[in-house]
Amino acid sequence: MTESSPQPALLEISDLRRSFGGVVALNGLALQVRPGTVTALIGPNGAGKSTAFQCISGVIRPDAGRVIFDGQDITGLRPDRITGAGLVRSFQIARGIPRLTVLENLLLYGQAQPGEGVAAAILRPAAMRAREEALRERARAVAARLNLTRVLDNQAAALSGGQKKLMEIGRALMAEPRLLLLDEPVAGVNPSLSAEIASHIGSLRDEGMTVLIVEHHMDFVASLCDPVIVMAEGRFLVQGSFEQVAADARVQEAYMGRRVHA
Amino acid sequence: MDAYLIAMLVFAGFYALMALGLNVIWGLTGMVNLGLVGFFALGAYASALLTTKLFWPMPLGWAAGAVVAAAAGAIMALIVARLRGDYLAIVTLGFAEVIRLTASNEIWLTNGTDGISGIPGPWRGDVSPPEFNLIYLGIVWTAVAVVFVLLARLSHSPFGRVLRAIREDEDVAAVAGKPVLWFKVRAFTIGAAVLGGAGALYAHYNAYIAPDGFAPLLTIYIVLALTAGGVGAMRGAIIGALFVIALLESTRFLSAIIPGVSPVQKAALREGAIALSLILLLRFRPQGLIPEKTRTKATP
Repeated sequence: MTESSPQPALLEISDLRRSFGGVVALNGLALQVRPGTVTALIGPNGAGKSTAFQCISGVIRPDAGRVIFDGQDITGLRPDRITGAGLVRSFQIARGIPRLTVLENLLLYGQAQPGEGVAAAILRPAAMRAREEALRERARAVAARLNLTRVLDNQAAALSGGQKKLMEIGRALMAEPRLLLLDEPVAGVNPSLSAEIASHIGSLRDEGMTVLIVEHHMDFVASLCDPVIVMAEGRFLVQGSFEQVAADARVQEAYMGRRVHA
Repeated sequence: MDAYLIAMLVFAGFYALMALGLNVIWGLTGMVNLGLVGFFALGAYASALLTTKLFWPMPLGWAAGAVVAAAAGAIMALIVARLRGDYLAIVTLGFAEVIRLTASNEIWLTNGTDGISGIPGPWRGDVSPPEFNLIYLGIVWTAVAVVFVLLARLSHSPFGRVLRAIREDEDVAAVAGKPVLWFKVRAFTIGAAVLGGAGALYAHYNAYIAPDGFAPLLTIYIVLALTAGGVGAMRGAIIGALFVIALLESTRFLSAIIPGVSPVQKAALREGAIALSLILLLRFRPQGLIPEKTRTKATP
C-alpha cells in the first residue's frame, strides 16, 4: 500500500457537491493535490472552479462530499479554522482591506497574536509585543520578497492592480500556509508582472510549499504548473502534464463544445 | 450663564461617552447601531432602580448599568450575527423602541410614563446646586478620559486591526484566520457597556428619568456626532460630541436674535440651521473633523 503511494495527498477531495438553486455548480468533484507541487485547476467558464475554492476554504459549505487536508477532515469548517489548519486561499478580485495599510493587511494574516484578546490589547503584555515584532519581521521579509517594501505604509486602496495581486499572495504567506490556494493570481496582470508572479510561486514550491492555482492564462499554467487538473460541469475530467491535457480530445471538447455529427 | 454652560458641558460628556461606545460598534466594526439609546436607557433604568428600590450604593449602580447594557449588547450581537447594513439598522432601531415601550408600560417596575424620580446624586443636598454640577462635571469627564484611553488602546492594537478588517470585508477577515462572530460579540459588548454606563451617569445627574428621555432623536444626534467627528477615530467621537452640543445650543440663541419671526418659525429655523451645518460639513469634509489614522508604521 505505502509502496504504491510514497507521497500521500496533501489535499484530497471526494464527491464534492454544491448547488445554487437549480444550478449544479459542483457535481461530485474528486481530486488530489500532492505535496510539493504547483497544481493547476483549469476548465471552461462555469466548470465550478471558483465554487470548489469557496468550498475548500470554507467560505461556503458544500452540500455533500469530503475535504481532507493533511489527514484531517476540514469539510464545512469555518474559514478561520481552515486557515488555522494551514490551508490559506487568496481572492480572485484582490480584496485588500482598503483603509488598512499594506503592512496592516499583512499583519492581519498573522496567526496566534495574543493581542487579539481584549485584555491583552489594553494591557499589552510582553508576549503580545514580542509576537507583534515577530510578525512585523515576517511582514518585512514577505514584502521584500514581493517588491512591496516601498508601499508598506500606503493604504491598500492606493495600490496598483498588480501590487494588489502581490499583496494578496503576501497576505496568504503571512499565515504560514502548508497549502496555498491562489484564485486567478495573474488575471488582469501585464505579461512581465505575470512572469514575475510565476517566478515567486516557483520559488515558494522550491522551498517546499504546495500550491493549487485556478487560472485562465494558459501560458502561465504551461510554464509553471504540473500536474494540471481539468474540470468540467462540476466534476473531474482529466489530469496530467499541460501537454497531455492540452492534447486530450475530452478537454478540447469541454472547451470548444461537442462536434455535432449530422 | 455659568450654570448653563456647566450643565451643557456635563451633557456633552454624556454625548461623548455615547459616541465613544458607538464608535466601537459602528466606527471600528462597521455594525450599524440605530438602537444605541436603548442601551443608554437600559443602563439608566438599571442603575436608577437598583439605587432607589434596593438602595445599592451609586458606584455599584453605575457598574450594574454598564453590565446590564453589556449583556444586552452580547445577546444583540448574537441575534444579528448574520445581518448587515439596512437590516441591522432596522433591528437595532426596533430594539430601542421595545426598551422605551417596555419602560412606558411595565408600570410595576418602571412607574411607566411618570418615570422614576428622586434618583440619588453624589453629595446632592449636601452641596449647593452649582457645586453639585461642578462635581458631576468632574465625574463625567473623568469617565470620558478613562474610557477614551482604554478604547484608544483597544483601537490601536491587533484587536482593533481585526475589527477594522471585519468592517471592510468579513470574508477576508475570516480567511485571515479570525473568528468573526466572536470579535463582533466582544465589540458589541464593549460598546454597549459604555452606552449603559453613560445612561447610568445621566440618570443620577438628572435625578429623574422617564421613557420620553430615550426617544430615537438622541440616537440620531450621537450618530451625527460621530459622523461629524470622524468615524473610527476615538478623538473624533469626543470632538464630534462637543460639536453637536455646541451646534444644538448655539442655534437656540441665534434663532432668538432674528427679528420678526414667530416662536414656531424660530424653532423650525433652528432645526434647519443644524441640518444645514451637518450637510455642509459632510459635503466638504466627509472624513469628519478627525480622520481615522493608522499608528502602525513599517519604519517607526
